[in-house]
Amino acid sequence: MGAELGSMRVTEQIDAMEVSSTNPVRFLVVTRVLAAILMIPLLTLYADALGIMGSWAGANLKGDVGFTLFMAQAFKYVDFTDLMPAIIKTFFFGAVIGIVGCYKGYHAGSGTESVGKAANSAVVLASLLVIIIDMIAVQITDMLAL
Amino acid sequence: MSERTTTAMKPKPDAVAKGEAVIEMKDVSKAFGELKVLSGFTADLLQGENLVVLGKSGSGKSVLIKCIVGLLTYDAGSITVMGEEVSAMERTELSAMRQKVGFLFQSGALYDSMTVRENLMFPLTRIKKELSADEMETKILEVLENVGLANAINKMPSELSGGMRKRISLARTIVVDPNIILYDEPTTGLDPVTSDEISALILEVQKKYKTSSMIITHDLKCAVKVADRILMLNDGKVHLLGTPKEFEQSEDELVSSFFN
Repeated sequence: MGAELGSMRVTEQIDAMEVSSTNPVRFLVVTRVLAAILMIPLLTLYADALGIMGSWAGANLKGDVGFTLFMAQAFKYVDFTDLMPAIIKTFFFGAVIGIVGCYKGYHAGSGTESVGKAANSAVVLASLLVIIIDMIAVQITDMLAL
Repeated sequence: MSERTTTAMKPKPDAVAKGEAVIEMKDVSKAFGELKVLSGFTADLLQGENLVVLGKSGSGKSVLIKCIVGLLTYDAGSITVMGEEVSAMERTELSAMRQKVGFLFQSGALYDSMTVRENLMFPLTRIKKELSADEMETKILEVLENVGLANAINKMPSELSGGMRKRISLARTIVVDPNIILYDEPTTGLDPVTSDEISALILEVQKKYKTSSMIITHDLKCAVKVADRILMLNDGKVHLLGTPKEFEQSEDELVSSFFN
């Protein structure tokens, strides 16, 4: 997002939208942030599912564990209260990734170098904020004894 | 900054008296930090004329036209577009003003994720909402034919040459029938033949759509060909204003350095 909007800024496409009587924030930023908020939780679930399948494959490298048995054992110690905080916080991850990526790209300077800088700083700042949000989420989960 | 005296020529009435001012700029100043780009710039764009703005790189030509459409804010002075002060406009008023003022960007600024048709449809669906889908399609085909690129309607911008991009960009500008067109270096980076074609297109657009245009350029051939008046910008203000003929005959040092 940072690179895409950054290159649009550098090539004056965002200015072109403004002079076409279009609000570029609404057209470019809001849509991307909403998409990130909706898709990051789905991506997280997808990644979790792949992780579980990988674990099952790993367990079968040395032993012989049936899929049904593996799943039953894996989910024996996981309940709804483990799952919900993990999913809820990913909505915030999505918001942060979308907002930071769009902000850095939208405010990229002139010149192609700015695109790289925008993308790089977006990744660094979004990663940092995701870690901070994760820490806060853990504290809240602990406080609520979930 | 030098204290060069502004030697604005009085333009010949028959050459410029096409109408009243559609854009009036009075004592416009703009600085980026310590760098003064415009410093008491005063000029008018008259109804139906092509006003070419010449000046060295970094003299504030592009900043000037970006101030006119509100992409940049000016620090002091006044810019009025069709009688409305730009700095006093709210977002909705700015949006309404931009529907009357077309802007051709130096880079073309085509949306690279959209086809040529979608690029032209984008401003149409926002500015000419009253048109039906069929009318919009007809309008798109008409302007593409006017710029000689009707066959490029389904192409992506990455498939177009520099000259084609400029033409499509011009088509996108005129598709919404603006009263005023601001051209930011329309021939920069193009070969002489394509530059000539773009200059001819600028004249055609003026004639066919009855537009008033302000053209920022370094290209003297283009300037002389399309201009009703030429304005030379130096040290953030008008250095010289006159007809192309007056510029060619001028003995002013800065003008001579450009024309010779």
